[in-house]
Amino acid sequence: MKRLLFILPIIAFAGLAAFLGFGLTQDPKELPSQLIDRPLPEFALPGIEDGGGPGFASASFKGEPRLLNIWASWCAACPQEHPVLTQIAREGFPVYGIAWKDKPQDSREWLARYGNPYAAVAADQQGRTAIDLGVTGVPETFIVDKKGRVRFKQIGPISPEVWEGQIKPLMQQLRAEA
Amino acid sequence: MLAEIGHFALILSLLVALAQSVLPMLGAIRGDAALMAFGRSAAGLQALLIGLSFACLMTLFGQADFSVALVANHSALSQPLPYRLAATWGNHEGSMLLWVLVLSIYGAGIARFGDNLRATLQARILSVQAMISVAFLAFALFTSNPFARLFPVPLDGAELNPLLQDPGLVFHPPLLYLGYVGFSVTFSFAVAALLEGRADPAWARWMRPWVLAAWVPLTCGITLGSFWAYYELGWGGWWFWDPVENASFMPWLIGTALLHSAIVTEKRGSLAGWTILLAILAFSLSLIGTFLVRSGILTSVHAFAVDPKRGVFILAMIIGATGTALTLFAAKAPMLRSGALFGSVSRESGLTFNNLLLMALTAVVFLGTFYPVIMEAVAPTNKISVGPPYYNLVFAPLAAPLLILVTIGPMLAWKRDDLGALARKLLLPVAIIAVVLAGLALWTGLAKLSAALGLALGAWLIMGAVLVLVRRWRGAGGFSWRLVRTTPAATIGLVLAHAGLGFTTAGIAAMSAFSAEKILVMRPGETAAAGPVSVTMTGAEEVEGANYRALRAHFSVRQNGSTHGLVSERRLYTVSGSQTTEAGIGVSVLGNQYVAIGDVQQDARGQGLVVRIYWHPLVGWIWFGGLLMAMGGAASLSDRRFRIGAPQVRTPLAPNLVPAE
Amino acid sequence: MKRAFLALALMLATPAAAVLPDEMLPDAAQEARARAISKDLRCVVCQNQSIDDSDAPLARDLRLLVREQIAKGKSDADVRDYVVQRYGNFVLLKPPVEGDTLLLWAGPFAILLLGAAGLIAWQRRAPVATPDSAPLSEAERAELDRLAGPHN
Repeated sequence: MKRLLFILPIIAFAGLAAFLGFGLTQDPKELPSQLIDRPLPEFALPGIEDGGGPGFASASFKGEPRLLNIWASWCAACPQEHPVLTQIAREGFPVYGIAWKDKPQDSREWLARYGNPYAAVAADQQGRTAIDLGVTGVPETFIVDKKGRVRFKQIGPISPEVWEGQIKPLMQQLRAEA
Repeated sequence: MLAEIGHFALILSLLVALAQSVLPMLGAIRGDAALMAFGRSAAGLQALLIGLSFACLMTLFGQADFSVALVANHSALSQPLPYRLAATWGNHEGSMLLWVLVLSIYGAGIARFGDNLRATLQARILSVQAMISVAFLAFALFTSNPFARLFPVPLDGAELNPLLQDPGLVFHPPLLYLGYVGFSVTFSFAVAALLEGRADPAWARWMRPWVLAAWVPLTCGITLGSFWAYYELGWGGWWFWDPVENASFMPWLIGTALLHSAIVTEKRGSLAGWTILLAILAFSLSLIGTFLVRSGILTSVHAFAVDPKRGVFILAMIIGATGTALTLFAAKAPMLRSGALFGSVSRESGLTFNNLLLMALTAVVFLGTFYPVIMEAVAPTNKISVGPPYYNLVFAPLAAPLLILVTIGPMLAWKRDDLGALARKLLLPVAIIAVVLAGLALWTGLAKLSAALGLALGAWLIMGAVLVLVRRWRGAGGFSWRLVRTTPAATIGLVLAHAGLGFTTAGIAAMSAFSAEKILVMRPGETAAAGPVSVTMTGAEEVEGANYRALRAHFSVRQNGSTHGLVSERRLYTVSGSQTTEAGIGVSVLGNQYVAIGDVQQDARGQGLVVRIYWHPLVGWIWFGGLLMAMGGAASLSDRRFRIGAPQVRTPLAPNLVPAE
Repeated sequence: MKRAFLALALMLATPAAAVLPDEMLPDAAQEARARAISKDLRCVVCQNQSIDDSDAPLARDLRLLVREQIAKGKSDADVRDYVVQRYGNFVLLKPPVEGDTLLLWAGPFAILLLGAAGLIAWQRRAPVATPDSAPLSEAERAELDRLAGPHN
């Protein structure tokens, strides 16, 4: 009994060291989404054309799985993600874009410069929809299934590896779902 | 050339440390006096070499030699010279060099002033100290070389973060490192005691000055850091429960516990195992603090540029140091002779409860700091944050009993006291505080009862400290000047430290209940008030500084009929483009008036400047108390019984002083 | 004066720290509630700051959202839930008391109670043998003094 008391500190320390070691492998800034397996929050956003124009609404996310990409013209990592999004669109998976806290004018110019991979683009100038989505930065991408439920969230740019290894298989699986 | 000399000296010091980590230990085992003596010379040489290396780096910063990557990345020509020099430790690599420098200075200190120690104990301490040196020198050389060259050489460097261009940077990190690294000495004492299988009153007496030598600068460093944040961050916060603050606070709490448990071990031979454990923990928590700041495992405003490789290295060091020490503790500590027993009402008991409460407080800070990491492992989808609301809620109820105990503890007799006698001694102080509390509660009202309690606690502590002096000076035969003159420095230390804690407590209580703020848009000529402070903006202008441009606003501040001027600036540092706020602070004993300007904004009456006005009652007491605590520690350190260079011990060892069990 | 302000407006393009006058609610009581809630909500993109202290744009959005909800007549708990629904418990600077966080909330008190219980048990088991209550006997004091060397 008394012996055990003296062993306790090293046991507690071993536990702590394990947690610290594990912690090193994690990114403290990455925040898990609250929306996984829950329906996409409701929104209806205008487009980025002059005078608004048609954007899209959450209600339209039905019938086929889609990617919902949050981006901005001022976002530093977005140009890096852009070719991947183009590739995804070319492979026949619909990508929807929400321009976060971005002037429509700037969004348009950005798309004109890099090319437009999006099936539709909407503007969230106030950033209110982004808060409903639990967005913390750009780019972030939600994978929404046929029933309009969020199934996956990518924080940061989608790299070719993430697309091929994680998201594409998921999209194919979602397509196969009833 | 200087960079190469510095680098080379650092490599040499690693070799010296390697030899020092093995040979004196061997000497202690074999009883070889020459090998043990080598440890003392090696410790001195190591300090010289690292000192040379550090001087080289500082000179490079002074010369603005941008061919050295570190200099180019952390200082610019436009930066004033003192801040260019202080930039030496305003970055990861340079601060590691400062860390090993302090480590080697403590090592040399043990070699120089430790000749009253048992020779084998000293040799073992020096070896353990050198092992820590080896780890940190290897870390500096292999993952964070401060002398790496840069090519092509830039014409000017990247500016040091403007928030760091402050006298605070000159003193705050070195003081903290003196504290953190100082606990390496007590760690080495603990490990050496375990290796020798002996932790007796003499050992505790030898160690105590080193505990104080770490605790005093750590107290100063934390106090200064808090003050720095207060005037620099622009809204008057003085403590944020940020992981990195916590990293300095935990060793302080454990160090404070150690300071007190070592008294019991020294005076009564008891709690030796516990004292050893605390000595190990104090340094381990210092190491973990380093890990926190440099690994990126937690997000913090203080964090250095993050590199996971460094995190792995530091974690390996922690596992090596703490793991080995605690394993040794598990194996050897049960064999230590336990000292005298004590009654449940006794000075020893009081100090033990002091330790328990300090452990519980450390647990609050520890759990709060690391729980997010633990949650990430056990419940990855339920990430949590732990912030000030948690700490404030849990810390206060555990701190209160400790503060009550601080005044009672010194009244208790050693070994065994009598509850009735204690009650008689407490009667008057408790009655006085009850009246004070009642008065305060009437004044504050029920809604702010917690503030009344906090202020009364502060008064209780200050009164308790004064009572210690009164009891000492009155003696058995009434007051005498002889008793005043012969008051031991250690008693003065106790009085100052406990009174300091009282001032800090009162300051915190007043700040949390009575501070006032007003945030609004102002134009010259307009007046606004926060609490008792009335502020009129009298003008605004643009000014040029050495390496910044600023908007400066002038205010006339009125309180209790007296008026004076204050100035606040919003600075734009031209090289880095970052901004800082220089608050205007009107200081008085009763509280500070604090005015800070922000950017330009529109309100109903047009364009103006955002102004934040605060009234911070008794806030200065918080730091004054910290300073008093540090002075108390320094006074104790000066006590001739502890004097580091005190005359040699003639008898090798005390037998158990009191028959045990 | 005006010119200075304009020059500065260009110079200080990024907003200053924390809550700003233009965000505040006209009703003082409501504003006080908003401040209190803001101090308990973490700015999710910052380093351990509350949204009340942070100058990040997202923190400002959340401050505005909190005030909007309060103006709508929502209770403090409703407002917190509203934000937690979107960002999870991570936004709460005071984590909820639940199974996962039990150790966080109870741990320090458990340490104190266990330690106190252990100490009392230890003292019960081994009562003090010597009945005297003197602080230190003369012999003991002499022994200690000898250890530390001469006093003067």
